[in-house]
Amino acid sequence: MEHWFTNLFTIFTQALISLGLSPVLADAALLVLKWILIVIIIIVNIIILIWLERKISGFFQERLGPNRLGPFGVFQTIADAIKLLTKEDIVPSAADKLIFKTAPMLFIVIAVLLYTVIPLGHDMQVIDLNVGILFFISIGSLSTIAILMAGWGSNNKWSLMGAFRSAAQMISYAVPLAFSLLGVIMISGSLNLQDIVAAQKNIWFILLQPLAFIIYFIAATAELNRGPFDMPEAEQELTGGAYTEYTGMRWALFFLAEYTNLVAVSALMATVFLGGWQGPWLPSWLWIIIKTYGVILVFFWIKWTFPRIRMDHLMSFSWKILVPLSLINILLTGAGIYFFRWMGWC
Amino acid sequence: MLDTDKYTVNVGPVHPSTHGGLHVEAIMDGEIIEDVIVHLGYVHRSVEKIAESKTYYQFAPYTARLDYLATNLPVMGYCQAVEKLTGIQVPERAEYIRIIMAELSRIASHQIAIAATGIDLGATTGLMYAMRDRERIMDIFSMTGGQRLLSSYIRIGGVAADIPDDFIPQVRAFVADIPRMIEEYNSLMTGNEIWAARMKGVGVLKAEDAVAYSVTGPNLRASGIDFDLRKADPYSIYDRFDFNIPVRQEGDSMARWEVRIEEIAESGKIIEQALQQLPAGEFMSKVPKNLKPEAGAEVFHHIESSKGELGYYIVSDGSTKPYRLHVRAPSFINLMVLPLICRGGVFQDIITNIATLDPILGESDR
Repeated sequence: MEHWFTNLFTIFTQALISLGLSPVLADAALLVLKWILIVIIIIVNIIILIWLERKISGFFQERLGPNRLGPFGVFQTIADAIKLLTKEDIVPSAADKLIFKTAPMLFIVIAVLLYTVIPLGHDMQVIDLNVGILFFISIGSLSTIAILMAGWGSNNKWSLMGAFRSAAQMISYAVPLAFSLLGVIMISGSLNLQDIVAAQKNIWFILLQPLAFIIYFIAATAELNRGPFDMPEAEQELTGGAYTEYTGMRWALFFLAEYTNLVAVSALMATVFLGGWQGPWLPSWLWIIIKTYGVILVFFWIKWTFPRIRMDHLMSFSWKILVPLSLINILLTGAGIYFFRWMGWC
Repeated sequence: MLDTDKYTVNVGPVHPSTHGGLHVEAIMDGEIIEDVIVHLGYVHRSVEKIAESKTYYQFAPYTARLDYLATNLPVMGYCQAVEKLTGIQVPERAEYIRIIMAELSRIASHQIAIAATGIDLGATTGLMYAMRDRERIMDIFSMTGGQRLLSSYIRIGGVAADIPDDFIPQVRAFVADIPRMIEEYNSLMTGNEIWAARMKGVGVLKAEDAVAYSVTGPNLRASGIDFDLRKADPYSIYDRFDFNIPVRQEGDSMARWEVRIEEIAESGKIIEQALQQLPAGEFMSKVPKNLKPEAGAEVFHHIESSKGELGYYIVSDGSTKPYRLHVRAPSFINLMVLPLICRGGVFQDIITNIATLDPILGESDR
């Protein structure tokens, strides 16, 4: 079971080469196959997650959640997707049409790009990039541009306010987000995600870097626009924020992208702090799924428990608490590494 | 410095957090509120004018629509006003049943306030918890009046029917569960750091401003003024019960929130005592088929509704219909302080302030 996917890839390339394709083209074809698989993984995950979030929020709120279509309402997401596809696609007459239409597309492309570097198992990732973690952080913070485009292009005050809030939030939280990962990078000595996973062979980084984990978790919640940091949407205040003017599938694309982001960020957390795909008995790709879903469940739990934070508190929380804490964490990690070397323990 | 312009944001009338048909025009300087203008009238139904074309009996169900979240309170106020006008005596048993229904309505109304504040501040789970508990009151209402939301159970001269057998055990069970409910609201919302940060010091209403604007109800008591008509001008049989009036000094959103939660517990106490003292006997007195008060007779009667002082002023011209009926709607008056308490805050405070002022638009617009 461990080598199902890697074997599949080898068979695939060898079959292509035996058909007379040059190895370079065969590798390119393999890349296409990997992306197709990633997209399938994303779609399956979204279908599961939307259903799961509804069921879990139902559980939190003493409701039943969806229960009409199929056992436990599992087909509800599919029914909703069909509904959204058949809805009227409205582009406001005052909107900046080009920006309005490209924003959701850009948003989902950015979300999918995040999967490029995540190790989904032993030797299983699209590209084994040597600056993987840097790539992930920089691509992740791009999504605010898509939200800004949506807000600006809609030509609506609510949308614009949501977009500005999103930009302010993303700038503030990208700083502690990146800083919190620095400790991990210092210990593992690499920006490559596979190396970071390998460095956690004996002990998970959540135990070595508990503060960094908490900071990353909070900053990631903000980066994902999830409650209590769901500023860009904030439906009770901004009626829908940056997404106010969107309808049908364009609107749905934002939500699909948010779930795509959620899985990617949770998978990165599992990779960086929870030992990645490493684990006993089960195959590596199953371990990463289990760990990712564990993190996602905590995200759900927080969202359905906390009220929304106020915008100015959100900013001061980042700059006055999270950034200093993450700097202290870097200092402590550095001192710790120096101490360990001085003692000759590593 | 950068030259900036002020801009207006129209919160409502179609907005998720304006509690139905409230239009708030916010003049913003960046995220800071420069001024707020309250526009009313989106659910105006000329209730006062309708009263002039309906007989005294016919108008009673209309009053339930004034405050549809605390349905028995406005009906009780109207019926008592008419009884005062015509000198109808209400049987003891009916008085007690009315008190129980009124206090249940007050709890239901405050639970809606809790639920609405929860959803407005993004605590969606808080909404569901409060609504779940309120549902039990709705069950009790449908048991007595046959209708959940707008049961016209209280009538001029008494109540529409005697209480069914399982009414008392069900109300007792509900009252017994109130401490557990309050514990749940407090641990989920009041104790939350984010919640406290969004509520404390937000929308401060000073005592002198509250009096100057004639704010009443929980909003007034949260500003440090101990004024509740149930104690200050006891009507019906409220002088027979032992209960406290929760008062807070801060006058901010948190104080208004806490006063409402405490009032739920106090209403529970009243219901418990009323159930103990509930006498046997008639539930309805003999009332004439056509109610014709003397010509020129007039009456003002006010009760403590869940939103504040709800008053009815009725003038009779000797016919079966009132010559003029005026409703002193607490929500309408309470809403007028919204600009005062919003100024200088940030945009999100508008939502918090509307939620904690707890206006009901059916009453504001009449």
